[in-house]
Amino acid sequence: MINRIVVRNLLHRPIRTALSVLAVAVEVTMILMIVGVSEGLLWESQQRSRGVGADIVIRPSTSSAAMTLSTADIPEKLVDKLAQTFPEIEIATGTTLTSMGNLQTVTGVDWKRFEQMSGGVRYFGGGPMQGPYDAIVDEVYAKYKKVKAGDELHLLNQKFHITGIVETGKMSRIFIPIETMQELMGWQGKLSQVYLKLHDAADTKQVIAKINAILPTYPIYALEELLSLASADLRSMASQFINVIIGIAVIIGFMVVLLSMYTSILERTREIGILKSMGASRTYIIRIVMRETIVVCAAGILVGYGFSYSAQAAIAAYYPLVTVLILPAWLFWGAVIAVIGSTLGAFYPATKAARQDPIEALAYD
Amino acid sequence: MSTEPVITEPIIEAVGLTKVYHMGGVDVPALRGVDLEAQAGEFVAILGPSGSGKSTLFHIIGGLTPPTDGHVKVAGTDLAAMTDSQRTAMRRTQVGFVFQRFNLLPTLSAAENIAIAKDIAGNHNQDKDFEDVLKILGIANRLHHKPYALSGGEQQRVAIARAIVNRPRILLADEPTGNLDSKNSETVLNTLKELNQRFGQTILMITHNPEAASFCTDRMVHMHDGRIVEG
Repeated sequence: MINRIVVRNLLHRPIRTALSVLAVAVEVTMILMIVGVSEGLLWESQQRSRGVGADIVIRPSTSSAAMTLSTADIPEKLVDKLAQTFPEIEIATGTTLTSMGNLQTVTGVDWKRFEQMSGGVRYFGGGPMQGPYDAIVDEVYAKYKKVKAGDELHLLNQKFHITGIVETGKMSRIFIPIETMQELMGWQGKLSQVYLKLHDAADTKQVIAKINAILPTYPIYALEELLSLASADLRSMASQFINVIIGIAVIIGFMVVLLSMYTSILERTREIGILKSMGASRTYIIRIVMRETIVVCAAGILVGYGFSYSAQAAIAAYYPLVTVLILPAWLFWGAVIAVIGSTLGAFYPATKAARQDPIEALAYD
Repeated sequence: MSTEPVITEPIIEAVGLTKVYHMGGVDVPALRGVDLEAQAGEFVAILGPSGSGKSTLFHIIGGLTPPTDGHVKVAGTDLAAMTDSQRTAMRRTQVGFVFQRFNLLPTLSAAENIAIAKDIAGNHNQDKDFEDVLKILGIANRLHHKPYALSGGEQQRVAIARAIVNRPRILLADEPTGNLDSKNSETVLNTLKELNQRFGQTILMITHNPEAASFCTDRMVHMHDGRIVEG
């Protein structure tokens, strides 16, 4: 019978019910999207790093595991020196990179060596770079910018000629010749990163130790170690921001449910008086309010899931440079957070309703 | 519905009942020492002008509020000694209320308005005799309508059905015809009279209408300034 009252009450005030559902949905969507974007960026960055095919990465002395700044302070000659010194190294190559904003970077590469290291790159159009102002972009960037092989591309205040569209997930979305980038950025003879591919990946620790002995100031990582550290660093950096967004989302859900239930209780003061005159206990009244909240919350969570997957699809369609990962674990935690926020929001109106004096409630107009 | 067994002890016994409301820092006495008895199966009318304390007396007998002083026993239980939750529990089974403004839940059908009273009381019994009550009330074919689709008289009869669905010892009716036209008033009063005569339902009814009171009740009690002045 309580369930019938709950459903009838919610249907009796459809606008308020819809707004409450919407607020919870926005709360869930905010949580899923902010975590989804953060996890997506991390996943995508890891995929691209693995796509390089290297076993060891040498970073500039000023960089952290999480990010490489737009800087180049590794001497270029180090690449060949390392390859000559350590027979365990199969291929060594260096890159330069700089940010273009919007979390996008352009990478300067020795394309031939990069192709060798990564085990080959699949082309969806065109072919390798030939001249100094040639560029290669991945399929996602090409789709977003609506460009194809043969088109022009403006990068670093220069006009580049796209020679190839390649598969995504290999180091970067935009490649230009390393010499060109070094010249444009004033980094002649300098690198942002060095990648080493070994004949046998099992030698990684041993080779790192040897290189560390001669290059003590450079951070040198096994690729998986770097990814793990970067992941931890990025999660740590993102966690504060994510927590703030989650906090705001919870406050939105809490406030709207509180306001909605409070006004609902005020409007239904007389009805609560009627129930109390029939002997409804405080628990009975609280059960009605809390069940209404749970129904609103459940509907809001489902709508929030719908919004999130719709937003994910919209971002994939209109801004494919950003990957949104909606993780099952966060579907659960998003729901839990929404339930907690809504329950807290409904708690005060529920107890207020339960405490109402039946005579005053019956006299309420 | 079976007739109440004859018992010697009054079903309602109020002694020296006082009630003082504190309003804006001022004590406002609503009852100033009321003594009242009603036997099981009696139909008592309580008359008096506005502010005479009729509704307060009802609220105390119905367990909606405790007295400030004095004692009131309903079906042998002293309400003055009860906690709020005990009085709430008492309202589920011992008393039923009928209000001037019907007070049906607007989102529920007539049948659901009656069912909610059973649900609150935890009464899950199928009561076939209750169909007879519904026939007397004349609402058997109106049970699936929402209150807004019922006439005032029908709403009040649904409210009566709701008030007695758990077989309370006492039915408290607070100006049950106050919002009705003369025809519907007559119907409701006839209904109450029949419930009292046929099933022995104890009824206390507040009314402003002495004619109505004399038409259907066994006894009239007059109140004035928080005291019983006659009856």
